[in-house]
Amino acid sequence: MIDSLYIAWRYICYNRFKSATLLICVTLIVSLPIALNVLLYESETQLMSRAAGTPLVIGQRGSALDLVMNTLYFDNEAPEPIPMAACEEIRDSDLALPIPVYARFQARDNPIVGTTLDYFEFRGLTLGQGRMLTMLGECVLGASVAERLGLGPGDSLVSSPESLFDLAGIYPLKMRVVGVFQKSHTADDLAVFVDIKTAWVIQGLGHGHQDVTRLQDPSLVLKRSDSSVAATAKLYHYTEITEETVGSFHFHGDLADYPITAVIAVPCDAKSGTILRGRYTEAGEKLQIVVPEEVIDGLLQQIFRIKSVLDAVIGVVATATVLALILVFVLSLRIRQREFYTTFKIGGSRLTIARLIAAEMLLIATGSSILCVMASIATALHADYLVRMLFIR
Amino acid sequence: MITIQQLQFRYPAGNFQLVMDRFTVARSEKVAVIGPSGSGKTTLLNLVSGILLPGAGSIAVGGESISRLSEARRRDFRITTIGFVFQDFELFDYLNVLDNILHPYRITGALKLDRNVKARAAALAHEMGIGGMLKRHPDNLSQGEKQRVAICRALLPRPKLILADEATGNLDPDSKIRILNLLFRVVDEHDATLLAVTHDHELLIHFDRVVDFRHFRVREAA
Repeated sequence: MIDSLYIAWRYICYNRFKSATLLICVTLIVSLPIALNVLLYESETQLMSRAAGTPLVIGQRGSALDLVMNTLYFDNEAPEPIPMAACEEIRDSDLALPIPVYARFQARDNPIVGTTLDYFEFRGLTLGQGRMLTMLGECVLGASVAERLGLGPGDSLVSSPESLFDLAGIYPLKMRVVGVFQKSHTADDLAVFVDIKTAWVIQGLGHGHQDVTRLQDPSLVLKRSDSSVAATAKLYHYTEITEETVGSFHFHGDLADYPITAVIAVPCDAKSGTILRGRYTEAGEKLQIVVPEEVIDGLLQQIFRIKSVLDAVIGVVATATVLALILVFVLSLRIRQREFYTTFKIGGSRLTIARLIAAEMLLIATGSSILCVMASIATALHADYLVRMLFIR
Repeated sequence: MITIQQLQFRYPAGNFQLVMDRFTVARSEKVAVIGPSGSGKTTLLNLVSGILLPGAGSIAVGGESISRLSEARRRDFRITTIGFVFQDFELFDYLNVLDNILHPYRITGALKLDRNVKARAAALAHEMGIGGMLKRHPDNLSQGEKQRVAICRALLPRPKLILADEATGNLDPDSKIRILNLLFRVVDEHDATLLAVTHDHELLIHFDRVVDFRHFRVREAA
């Protein structure tokens, strides 16, 4: 058999393009369904585990899926904002611990999540380096963000403007990195966490500038009276919050009206959760409360329905490919009739010829199996990223 | 070495029929077979080697009746006793020169492939003037070089009977003589027999005997 394998190997090497095509076809037929199953299993695990760990999410009425995906995975599609007052109402009700989430902005393609320290405790995030947020303008990075951007405590990260051409829009804020979380293998690894007020500063709702009461430059002062000073547009606004400038940062208006994208509510008990859910079912209520597990379960049902269609499509394509391969193989045998006859004339038996063909098939099958295993391992290793890319972001 | 009696053969399709009342080739004899195309020269070689079986009559090679052997034994007999140089070389494109020469050893258990055989193959190729081409594939060889590879393949198992179908047909005049001398030398060294089909009448004087296939009759020549 070793001699047959040797001859078969020589044949495969000599006809490398034909063999490679055959190898790729077989590999694709086998590995595609495997990869699809691995990805779906991973997506189910990933989506459900995070959803199951988030009891309730409150947000603006609209797509429940958008709300959950933004709150749990900081999806780019931010839902309509709700006022911070929604969070305070839940706190006042004593039914649940409210955690505000404001996931709208980005820093170098990574979502900036404005929240409170409760979020980190709720998710069980622990610091790998540095310290927690203590001051406005600071950020703590998810492990993957820190790794990808090569940042650590002491470095700085600038938020991305929403639109380069919108002069009245959001200006970038230079944030100081004070800590990096340990890897949690969740969406938290891919986020930049800031205090909710820092998120508002990024939006421009809070700002810091030169002290107008001490301005001497007449070009900076528009109007001065005993009670107020009106500054011109030339007034310098800070784009970085430091210990020297932090005192100048302030917010206009009522913070209760400030926007957040959602509130994660952690009910004290099942009863409190039920009562809380009941409060948002009234007609005319502008907010909605959703159970992420139910929403994600609905999404998965959709995905599995699509998967069954995909399975059928793959089945048809695989059958067609197998038939084409059989045809190619049979034609190849016919073309090689003379070669086989020569082997017979030299002294080879029909069994020898069958062994040669079997050896070629065995080598192709072995090569395809190795490639399939490699493809499956690669898919499994990168399933986390692929699931995020295909199903989440 | 070869004894043919009352041979009759016809292909399933077509009118061609080969009839030979009696034909013998003695051991160590070098016999040339001549005749027009389609007269049955190649058919005779195929019959002697057991690739084809006669419809009637008998063919004995080295005292062994070919047609009475089982298929497996006939194959083993062919690969160990007969060296066949085919008309169109019939080399394997995907094997290099060395692997083509060693091919008979790789397709049967009747021949054992070891280092000595590989060394002999290299030496034989060198002797044939293709020693520097062992790693080349047939599609990179000239017609003459291919012919030499085919001859090496036939000679390597040291057969007792060499059947050559236009073995020198694609060679230049000098090479023809060289190859023929080599064939003759191997025949003499191994006390083997050579039955060669040729169209090259200039070479006939080198053979012990010439068989003319015209009109499907055997004529013995001096």
